[in-house]
Amino acid sequence: MSDLVGATEIPEHEAVLEVDHVTLRFGGVVALDDVSFDVRRGEILGLIGPNGAGKTTCFNAMTGVYRPTSGEVRFDGQRITGKKPHQINRIGIARTFQNIRLFPEMTALENVMVGTDSQHFTSVPGALFGLYRVRAKPEELPRVDGTNGLFRAWQRTRRAFAKVLGRSRRMLEEEAGERKALALLKFVGIADRANELARNLPYGYQRRLEIARALATEPKLLCLDEPAAGFNPAEKEDLLQLIRRIRDLGYTVLLIEHDMRLVMGVTDRIVVLEFGKKIAEGAPAEVRDNPKVIAAYLGVPADAA
Amino acid sequence: MTDTLRRINDVRRQAAGSVGDRWRALPRWQRAIGFLAFVVFLYYLPYLGIPGLIWLRTDTTPQGNDWAGVLFICAVYVLIALGLNIVVGLAGLLDLGYVGFFAIGAYSVALFGSTQSPVVEALQNRFGLSPEWAVAWAICLPIAIMFTMISGVILGWPTLRLRGDYLAIVTLGFGEIIRIVARNSTFTGGPQGIAAIPGPQGAPSADNTIFGLVDAKPWYWLALSVILVVVIGVRRLENSRVGRAWLAIREDEDAAAVMGVPGFKFKLWAFAMGAAIGGLSGFLFASRNAFIDPTQFNVNLSILFVAMVVVGGAGNMAGVALGAFLLAYLPERFREFSDYRTLAFGVALVLIMLLRPQGLIPSRRRARELHDRAEEVPANV
Amino acid sequence: MNFAELIGHLGQHTVDGLSKGAIYALVALGYTLVYGVLKLINFAHSEVFMIGTFAVVGAWTLMGATDNPPFGTMILLLVGGLIAGVAASGATAVAVERIAYRRLRRMNAPPLIFLITAIGVSLVLSETFGLWQGRLVKGMPNVLPRKVVFTIGNTTIDNRQLLTVVAALVMMFALDQFINRTRYGRGVRAVAQSPDTAALMGVNKDRVIVLIFLLGGLLAGAAALLYNVRYGNTRFNVGFLLGLKAFTAAVLGGIGNLRGALLGGLLLGVVEVYAATLTSSAWEDVAAFVVLVVVLLFRPTGLLGESLGRARA
Repeated sequence: MSDLVGATEIPEHEAVLEVDHVTLRFGGVVALDDVSFDVRRGEILGLIGPNGAGKTTCFNAMTGVYRPTSGEVRFDGQRITGKKPHQINRIGIARTFQNIRLFPEMTALENVMVGTDSQHFTSVPGALFGLYRVRAKPEELPRVDGTNGLFRAWQRTRRAFAKVLGRSRRMLEEEAGERKALALLKFVGIADRANELARNLPYGYQRRLEIARALATEPKLLCLDEPAAGFNPAEKEDLLQLIRRIRDLGYTVLLIEHDMRLVMGVTDRIVVLEFGKKIAEGAPAEVRDNPKVIAAYLGVPADAA
Repeated sequence: MTDTLRRINDVRRQAAGSVGDRWRALPRWQRAIGFLAFVVFLYYLPYLGIPGLIWLRTDTTPQGNDWAGVLFICAVYVLIALGLNIVVGLAGLLDLGYVGFFAIGAYSVALFGSTQSPVVEALQNRFGLSPEWAVAWAICLPIAIMFTMISGVILGWPTLRLRGDYLAIVTLGFGEIIRIVARNSTFTGGPQGIAAIPGPQGAPSADNTIFGLVDAKPWYWLALSVILVVVIGVRRLENSRVGRAWLAIREDEDAAAVMGVPGFKFKLWAFAMGAAIGGLSGFLFASRNAFIDPTQFNVNLSILFVAMVVVGGAGNMAGVALGAFLLAYLPERFREFSDYRTLAFGVALVLIMLLRPQGLIPSRRRARELHDRAEEVPANV
Repeated sequence: MNFAELIGHLGQHTVDGLSKGAIYALVALGYTLVYGVLKLINFAHSEVFMIGTFAVVGAWTLMGATDNPPFGTMILLLVGGLIAGVAASGATAVAVERIAYRRLRRMNAPPLIFLITAIGVSLVLSETFGLWQGRLVKGMPNVLPRKVVFTIGNTTIDNRQLLTVVAALVMMFALDQFINRTRYGRGVRAVAQSPDTAALMGVNKDRVIVLIFLLGGLLAGAAALLYNVRYGNTRFNVGFLLGLKAFTAAVLGGIGNLRGALLGGLLLGVVEVYAATLTSSAWEDVAAFVVLVVVLLFRPTGLLGESLGRARA
């Protein structure tokens, strides 16, 4: 985790993401209605609201999956509305999905490596012809350690070739990617099952794998969509610690969550949506006591109707 | 009846499955030696004289074709399967018009390398060259690859955003358009086709001692060598960012995009690579036959190609190579039943799809994928 | 390009195209029905049509048909042929569904597998007929000799063209009514929109699917009769090209859209005739493929767009 993001000299409280009067209409349905809020650098912002409020839709609008009907989304001051999802990822936003969208038939390691790939450059000609070669460091050369004389001769030829030709960018990126992926798996705590198919992993592992994969794309802003859904309290506590560790490394986190204790416990600020509109914004304590928020979740009390 | 067949299939699968696992469990150097031995055996095949295996040769029956010639066709088909495997197996795109790329590769060497081609004759007249002049055979290869890749990009650019089955139909249409244009245009030689296509030793003539018209062995060895190079290349692609991207796109393209994978770019590359390999095999095919005509590139061939890949086991090279070999070899071996060839092919397709849709040698991914899909079916379907 | 010929006889060529296209439309309906509900390109549908043509010929042989029969016999022959064609095609369509596709649906097979299976079934059917009936063109008696019925300017409309277009329109209307007005038709639309919900509402999905295949088969059988009347011959592989063109017509009109199939068929017939007039008959088949590619590139939802699920099919 040595390549810190957000490690440049930037004043506190500057907005890393600005959602600016975004409206999103699907035919007759208004999913997002003039929503505006900022995500400040280095904070953990919670996005909450009752079911159907538009939280995931908001994520989708931010990451390029949906295109806002009007309004703008800006990242680091740069306009990102209308850009394609993979471009937005390169610019610095990564996300997880509410209903887990891992690559089921790939291993955990391979899933994360798809993330690390986004920072690499090998393409078809480079991979095919082994282009962009780099001189090999002594410890990277193939070893000569066989017992069989014939085998040693073969190893020596391979070593000679590697010395002369160096190593291709493809190989270097593969090794670097694997190292980084393993480090990330360790960071989220699932390295013991790195070579298992994502489909076969336990639920908790799958959720954490998604986070690892998202982190692999080296984002500045990490968007988590209900990362604790289906967790028991102990798992939620672990997740809370993980999110704090992620923030401490310099990432900004935007979090959709239903569990109020988790949200109150980990976020710096909260934005509340209801029926596609923002109805409250502020520190957790303020939002918790906000009557509009209470009404949105619990309904208006019968005698006040 | 399908149940008995399924039970037989299960028994066979259990027996064969352990073979695959035991192979993978062997230490790497032993697998390398095994593979090397297999390759040597392949080069030896035209001389096949091992008692007990001689019946494999196609020239044992009176109508049988020249054995080395059949091997050459098998090699060409295997090459096609490897190329189509990238498109269908790795990237998951339904391409029913692959014969188009095969044709473009063949016509590239025909139109530029043959002294009888209208294109060459036009160039001769334009630049005052001798009537014996044509583009050198070796230069025709990059020309073929260039044309096929360009056509792959041209075809792919507007169509790759289409839904799966639509893509299949568009590519089918593309293949047919290529054939009809070849048949109706003058610059392609029209329905008569083009003859005098050169080989590595130049225009076809009795002086060609190695790459002649009669002995197919050098042609087979040439094709086999090309296959080995392609296999190495594809393996490199698979074990790189590119291969992973193709897999991710096939599994969940939208999630891949959100993870930074430029889906369109890689799909286009898959198309282009597949097209290039298809063109390469067309190039070899035309060079050996020294003559091509439009009837050789019909839609049935496209379907055969897709069948090779799917029946063999889409997504893994060993599987599709086996599929290609069988579909090229079996009709030749059992020539006396040629009337029933297409019928048998259709029956085989249906049976295999119903009983073993993952193919003969499935990629483990594919087998699991299909198995998982079957389990997802809701109860009331 | 022979514009003079086209403009000079525009009416005639249009009429020719429309009657040609009506046959495409009837076959296209089969493709569009199946695709609209199952999202499956039923490659075997072309052979369903082909089998219909052979059934019609068989019926005529059985009934002792000869060239230019008297009016009463002619009606009998047409009706008998229709029944035979419709029965054979319908039965084939349903059989294909039961034997091949149903199992694939149970396995929740991916589209590629469906496609290959459909192609396999198509090959099996066409090859079986090729081996049984021979590879040569099969002639048949001229049951409805061509007779000009109307003349408008320099355009003639003959009895076959009239029969074809009228029959297609009538059947289209009947199908439309069936889908939009009857209980079974509601079931079809429900399954097309949302199979699981429909099942939860008590619709028997399997039965609806059999119904769809049956309908497609019936229409193909009718198309087979009209084809025999117009062209007077058939072949074991007649289905391939015609099926591909009919599918193009379905895509052109909007796959899954019944009226689109009709419109697409008629339009494709006209485009083909125009193209052949402008260039030469050798390029006629290309017209269909070019149309297919162009439509899929620029307007993949087709001219009329909407799918079977919506009320206005």
